Amino acid sequence: MSAHRTPPVLDVDALIDDPRTKIIVCCGSGGVGKTTTAAAIGLRAAERGRDVVVLTVDPAKRLAQSMGLTELDNNPRRIEGIAGDGELHAMMLDMKRTFDEIVEAHADPDRAKQILANPFYQSLSSSLSGTQEYMAMEKLGQLHRSGAWDLIVVDTPPSRNALDFLDAPERMGRFLDSRFMKILVAPARTGGRLGVKVFTAGFGMFAGVLNKVIGLQLLRDVQTFVAAFETMFGGFRERAEKTYRLLQTPGTAFLVVAAPETDALREASYFVERLAEERMPLAGIVINRMQTVDPGTPTAARSLAAAEMLEERGEHPLTAALLRLHADRRQLAARQERLREHFTSAHPTVPVAVVPAQSEDVHDLEGLRRVGADLAAKWTSAAKPA
Amino acid sequence: MNRVSARDTDWDGVRLHVVTGKGGVGKTTVAAALALALAAGGRNVLLVEVEGRQGIAQLFDCPPLPYEERKVAIAPDGGDVYALAVDTEEALIEYLEMFYNLKRAGKAMSRLGVVDFVTTIAPGLRDVILTGKTSEAVRRKRPDGSFVYDAVVMDAPPTGRITKFLNVSEEVSGLAKVGPVRNHADMVMRVVRSPETAVHFVTLLEEMPVQETLDGIQELKDVGLPVGGVIINMEHPPMLDAEALAAAAAGRLDADEIVRGLKAAGLEHDAEQIARVLAAEAADHARRMALQAREKERLAALPHPKYVLPLLPDGVDLAGLYDLADALREQGAA
Repeated sequence: MSAHRTPPVLDVDALIDDPRTKIIVCCGSGGVGKTTTAAAIGLRAAERGRDVVVLTVDPAKRLAQSMGLTELDNNPRRIEGIAGDGELHAMMLDMKRTFDEIVEAHADPDRAKQILANPFYQSLSSSLSGTQEYMAMEKLGQLHRSGAWDLIVVDTPPSRNALDFLDAPERMGRFLDSRFMKILVAPARTGGRLGVKVFTAGFGMFAGVLNKVIGLQLLRDVQTFVAAFETMFGGFRERAEKTYRLLQTPGTAFLVVAAPETDALREASYFVERLAEERMPLAGIVINRMQTVDPGTPTAARSLAAAEMLEERGEHPLTAALLRLHADRRQLAARQERLREHFTSAHPTVPVAVVPAQSEDVHDLEGLRRVGADLAAKWTSAAKPA
Repeated sequence: MNRVSARDTDWDGVRLHVVTGKGGVGKTTVAAALALALAAGGRNVLLVEVEGRQGIAQLFDCPPLPYEERKVAIAPDGGDVYALAVDTEEALIEYLEMFYNLKRAGKAMSRLGVVDFVTTIAPGLRDVILTGKTSEAVRRKRPDGSFVYDAVVMDAPPTGRITKFLNVSEEVSGLAKVGPVRNHADMVMRVVRSPETAVHFVTLLEEMPVQETLDGIQELKDVGLPVGGVIINMEHPPMLDAEALAAAAAGRLDADEIVRGLKAAGLEHDAEQIARVLAAEAADHARRMALQAREKERLAALPHPKYVLPLLPDGVDLAGLYDLADALREQGAA
């Protein structure tokens, strides 16, 4: 095997044992085991002595149960049954409550009440598109500022677009700086009605178009919301930008999580490139559910030939079937290994950790512990071509 | 459009097929295979992508799709599959042009930041635009009154978001009680709720995807949206007979017999060690088969038609896509 295809090893234990590591962000496309990875790393770090909080967004029920979480709860809960000196807390993001809390904390009571009752706010705070990303950022910032945790492990929301999480501050900034925003805010100051003739000649047409497209009632709700919220936008953006910069510091480590499939690894490549563009510190890639094979066993071709020989002779059907099964697994392992090599060819410096495929799902702390041990096992490429 | 085939399928009369599923279950692949299957025999089918991932272009091995309906494949026995990657921003501007003749205003609004607002900040509006574009394609007619597309297949957002995504009317109801957004949402809802629409769930025979499928179906039912079929993807075929599976699961495979077989096949070196590995692999395989059977049992309780697609040993390529389309047709999904 050529040297450039052998990637550096991702040393998970060194990462979580380093007291300078304060935040670990697990990102990746949907269905690759992001939340499981985040939970397993959190558990392992806690059992190696760190005080950890795992912030998870929308986890599968059974996984939440495996950590003892039964309901959506915006406050970290202590997980029982941790061995060692550290502690593990976990929480599921409740985006609406997070949003409400920000409003309550940063607006005077009357204004807060007005905002919370606004129909546009109510839709916005419970809508998945965009809000989840802002709120995950916000919560991460809060957890960090509280100083209560030695290590924060977070899995990113299952976004439409891979790194909406990172785009949130910029998108908000773009909206806040837009002329639309200025137009929305200004008439509210001068009397709360649209169409006040203090604008350029274009505004009449503009308001007309807006009215046609989104309707006057919605426009009024948005306008009232923006007016009430205006004083808070600045702080909102500032905090989002702070969190963004926090993510760029060496105390943060990004882990890109993938499965050994074409799509998932293509997305992983995209993540790696985006993170580099944004100057975010990448610790490595975790490839979940890799088919592993014992290198001392016959190759796929050899196994198939042997199985055929037995079948032709009509002998030892059990051994023949087992050899076919083995050949199948070797072929799968070889295909996955090729995909992994392609990734490494494109990103030769990205450290890799591999978690072997399990025949069943993870249900409990013991299962998470096993995944954690696999993650830390310093995998090296052992599979030979089939 | 002349209907070449007159086969009975489970979804006769359905013209909008929405395909959802948990991340990683092969939703896009199944949507593409379904589009191919529906097009077979000389029909026109549009495959719509709404999440901007360009998964369809990659599947059909063509350059990234623009916001334009493009032919991507020819189905068995003639029939065309067109594909469209809906871009929210362009769809919004197109919507303004189509309904309000507001081409210039659309550009102006884009500069002002209104388009940013609608497509990224305003909740629900983005979904109305995406489902709206799809509904428009479903209803589009030629001058002679026939439908342009015999069927539209939507590669939809994942199970966790599908109900909110389709239930646009409800989602914008708090926002827009009257007005154009409301009217547009209501038009979308008429299409989505009609018997011409079916929402199919793609799943793997694994615990979490099956649970999400059961939950997703319940959620859809609760809001009165039409549940279609359940498509089991990537089923692992059994490699051992029932007796061997049971023995493997219980760790009772005859080790000596395996060793004799290996030696008879010329694998004499380290035969005992190899036999141990083979037995362990068989036990792992037996656990996987048991898991599949258990999950299949949970799905069996559902009253909706089920289809099974095999795991493709070499991953999904174009040929594999046609195989999956055949399998869907044979089972009556199209």
